[in-house]
Amino acid sequence: MKTAILKYNAGNIRSVLFALDRLGVEATVTDDPEELRSADKVIFPGVGEASTAMNYLKERRLDELIKDLKQPVLGICLGMQLLCKHSEENDTECMGIFDLPVKKFQSPVKNLLKIPQIGWNNIAGLHSTLFEHVPENSYMYFVHSYYVALGPDTTAIANYIINYSAALHKDNFYAVQFHPEKSADAGQQLLDSFLKL
Amino acid sequence: MLTKRIIPCLDIKDGRTVKGVNFENIRDAGDPIELGALYAAQGADELVFLDITATNERRKTLSELVTRIARHINIPFTVGGGISSVEDVSVLLNAGADKVSVNTAAFRNPQLLNDLSREFGSQCIVLAIDTRFEDGDWFVYLNGGRVKTDIRTTDWATEAVERGAGEILLTSMNNDGTKQGFALDITGRLSQSLNVPIIASGGAGTMEHFADVFEKAQADAALAASIFHYKEMEIPDLKNYLYQRGIQIRF
Repeated sequence: MKTAILKYNAGNIRSVLFALDRLGVEATVTDDPEELRSADKVIFPGVGEASTAMNYLKERRLDELIKDLKQPVLGICLGMQLLCKHSEENDTECMGIFDLPVKKFQSPVKNLLKIPQIGWNNIAGLHSTLFEHVPENSYMYFVHSYYVALGPDTTAIANYIINYSAALHKDNFYAVQFHPEKSADAGQQLLDSFLKL
Repeated sequence: MLTKRIIPCLDIKDGRTVKGVNFENIRDAGDPIELGALYAAQGADELVFLDITATNERRKTLSELVTRIARHINIPFTVGGGISSVEDVSVLLNAGADKVSVNTAAFRNPQLLNDLSREFGSQCIVLAIDTRFEDGDWFVYLNGGRVKTDIRTTDWATEAVERGAGEILLTSMNNDGTKQGFALDITGRLSQSLNVPIIASGGAGTMEHFADVFEKAQADAALAASIFHYKEMEIPDLKNYLYQRGIQIRF
């Protein structure tokens, strides 16, 4: 099996590689169109800022390439947000695979809830094959200031200030807002399920 | 619900874990990777590795050690010590660190916080402040607590957040190593006035101290070292206690 991690100007690729390594999977980090198209699985990670990342992808036509992928694709964190329609982060048009907006958290009372959300939060309403071995209300590690609204493609819900999409699934596209590569055993279980799709 | 975080801190000197009492009298406390993996398995929510000799000896941080840690540990970890440039941070993040903490260099050159947050995002930039209470207020100390400044901790923390610090790791030098509890007043002041998470550090001795810093000072996370290293307190027991107290905690 060939697993490719999309190489672009957003962080945390190394920790995804290490997480796959712990699962006994060797992945290639690449932005080569042929390698990406021929991979069995593609992981689209990301930590960073939406418009910079989106511009980078567009300049290299990687956005078109991602949209055309037919194998299972997993977007993580910013990767998930870029698969959505539009992000409030610097008013960025994203790829639109998921017809959902990405919005900024607003604390109801000043400083009551910190932004970004940093830490472990539970996920509920789990209903995708990725969560087959992940118990309801498992804790996952989140780091984000922007969130994806709820929609028909939502497969897991988290609550921070409001209920939002912790995970999405549509056709061959899967996405998670949290970092499975940093979410201890529950996260590892999810990655393992993705690799076995 | 977002949970409160329990963060063991591994002070690193020459590749080993050490813990000073009031920043002095360093004793050996074990292998950092072994300890880190143990804590992760026990339910630690995050780890912090601080190269405590780095600033003073102008030593660059331990990117090789970071990579070995990252390979073995499936929870987030922060690395600090002697970080003074965008390049330093780039090396550590590429080595596998999730976040970096900056202290003295950011105080000397506050623009560093702007540069780091623009380059890597605020979420991976932790500002560490060593603080001591004297003459009626809390002041910032530098170089591992050896150099006093006349800047108030609240002023520096506020400016740092405006410049892009994503979290504040606040260590009270008065409390550190005493096991008499965290500094609730300054932790609470920062937590209420700033819109970023506050990690309380220094003074943990009992489980009640953790409950106090979460309940009374609204800390988002609590960090401790020696009580975990010397097995005076086990993380599962601590988490169970906090859970019984009704504090949101991850199991």
